[in-house]
Amino acid sequence: MAEPRAMTSTTHPSQMVQNPFQRFLIATEIDTRLLGMIGALAIIWVGFNFFSGGLFLTPRNLWNLSVQTASVAVMVTGMVLVIVTRNIDLSVGSILGVVGMVMGVMQTQILPVQLGLGLGHPLIWVLSLATGLAVGVGIGALQGTIIAYLRVPAFIVTLGGYLVWRGAAWWVTAGRTVAPMDSTFQLMGGGPTGAIGSFWSWVVAVVACAAIVVGIYFGRRQRQRFNFPLRPVWAEVSLAVIGCGATIAAVWVANAYPWPVRIAENFAEANGITVPEGGLFISHGIAIPVLIAVGVGVVMTFLATRTRFGRYVYAMGGNPEAAELAGINTRWVTVKIFMLMGALCAIAAAISTARLNAATNALGTLDELYVIAAAVIGGTSLAGGVGTIAGALLGAVVMQSLQSGMVLMGIDSPLQSIVVGIVLVFAVWLDTLYRRNKH
Amino acid sequence: MLNTGTPLVEMTDISISFGGIRAVDHASIDLHAGEVVGLLGHNGAGKSTLIKILSGAYKRDAGDIRINGEAATINNPRDAKAYGIETIYQQLAVADNVDAAANLFLGREMVTSLGTLDDAAMESKAREVMGRLNPNFRRFKEPVKALSGGQRQSVAIARAILFNARILIMDEPTAALGPQETAQVGELIKQLKSEGIGIFLISHDIHDVFDLADRVVVMKNGQVVGQAKTSDVTKDEVLGMIIMGKVPPGAEPGPGAIQG
Repeated sequence: MAEPRAMTSTTHPSQMVQNPFQRFLIATEIDTRLLGMIGALAIIWVGFNFFSGGLFLTPRNLWNLSVQTASVAVMVTGMVLVIVTRNIDLSVGSILGVVGMVMGVMQTQILPVQLGLGLGHPLIWVLSLATGLAVGVGIGALQGTIIAYLRVPAFIVTLGGYLVWRGAAWWVTAGRTVAPMDSTFQLMGGGPTGAIGSFWSWVVAVVACAAIVVGIYFGRRQRQRFNFPLRPVWAEVSLAVIGCGATIAAVWVANAYPWPVRIAENFAEANGITVPEGGLFISHGIAIPVLIAVGVGVVMTFLATRTRFGRYVYAMGGNPEAAELAGINTRWVTVKIFMLMGALCAIAAAISTARLNAATNALGTLDELYVIAAAVIGGTSLAGGVGTIAGALLGAVVMQSLQSGMVLMGIDSPLQSIVVGIVLVFAVWLDTLYRRNKH
Repeated sequence: MLNTGTPLVEMTDISISFGGIRAVDHASIDLHAGEVVGLLGHNGAGKSTLIKILSGAYKRDAGDIRINGEAATINNPRDAKAYGIETIYQQLAVADNVDAAANLFLGREMVTSLGTLDDAAMESKAREVMGRLNPNFRRFKEPVKALSGGQRQSVAIARAILFNARILIMDEPTAALGPQETAQVGELIKQLKSEGIGIFLISHDIHDVFDLADRVVVMKNGQVVGQAKTSDVTKDEVLGMIIMGKVPPGAEPGPGAIQG
């Protein structure tokens, strides 16, 4: 009796499939939907590269693309959880606007002048960011409480919030643009100084690769401990190679993009370095906003998959009543999701204001739509219960790739909107087909 | 009284209204350890509502609940679970988009020393419990949505017994099942009963519960018509209680009984 059970429980399903590609997919347990998205992204990139005459797949463009994606990427990780629980947040762009203004005023007026820290004080960026986070979390808590405890639909509450916080952004300075930002704060926006350089980029790559290998190893050991089916060793090795390879490739691209000649020369002059023949090559390395976005992605994935909070979010999305009956405090979980969304809006606001080196009351306009579109393109179902952080991040990259690709090709901005709109609908239709065929 | 000793559950004079309609009207019911009580009545008789008050899904307007003779405060499902009351709902209250192990432990997840979910340990325990309940069950990695009605029901039952329930409420436990699975559930109920668990079986179909129950309580229009040991009455007599509210000689009449 124990013999056949042990057999079946330790045989990996991949051993029953003949077709090598399918076998690879099952053995590595890669999400085929995610793979499809990566394929779509590859087609978009190669296509744009072809039609823009080789301008798209350059280190410079890819580096800029990564920085431009960061703000939406940070917010989309929270939007996934919001949509998974059958809610929606239309106010993220406006929250970004008001939080950006608050952080701008904090670092240009309140902290240096009114509190007398003086411009350039090392604490300014931390305190500004902390204030922004507090405001973001506060707004999220307020909206979440109204949604969860007063039972007003999220669509309405955040539609109201969309108007309220945009108006509030104007009120902070009566519409005046706040600039420039604190010099340390600006690093969060990218640019030559807002990147970590080639050495630290390679350090990040090594740490990331080590994390991938260790993660795979511990996953395998855990399965062994409970006598679960193991992936074949070759599949584990392929996963490690693919993961590390992608990491190294990304860092290599970031390092292949040098500082602009003028800035490099100024830097050389200031530090007494002689400029070699053919110009000084100083790598950008990974941009700090990209590092922030990746960090947020990792933390949010951890939250969504490894914690009780994440488990409850998905359970609520699948069947809210069952979750409630199982003893989950669904209202409090809802409030927490919106608080998290507010915090992520604050981080995105920091990236956006730092990148622009100014806080304007129009900052983040239409961002809510891009964030929702990215989440949906990334496979988050508006019916609830389904969606991954990684997919949504890919969705954000797809959206940004489309936009910057069309800019490179010189397509008019009205046509750009039309294309993005069509792609959104098309992507969701494809996804519907995929899900229908799967079952 | 039909039973002696302190009842496991005692619900006295329970009432609840929804928008002016008395769904449950001064109903009293009790349950002893190791006893199976069938709660019968038409759709809309108030049996599910009464039992949802015990499981914490609804809050009663009036009445008392005693668990082991002590007054109990049950305001939500968490409170009920704290008293060892587990419920398997009619509409199969499982979270469709997470897997069997996640459902079994929903709301009471096992965590590692770091506070993260210990999925491997939960799956291992789930395999153990499901192996006892439904040895053919293999689909541990799939969302519960992909399972058959019987498989989903075994997940729901496994979930209830996993945490050593003392009081088990089963609302139409076999309504979604085929004959073989129904028989399995019947065996399971006998096993749980022998372990000293008190079980409420709720059904509108007398055939589902008559052979499994020690005692039946019949409700009609929110009131208790009467109760009887299944050894003292026939199926037809109980049917008469359900349909007409007529209490046979072997049964003890309640407030909803037709007088005379």
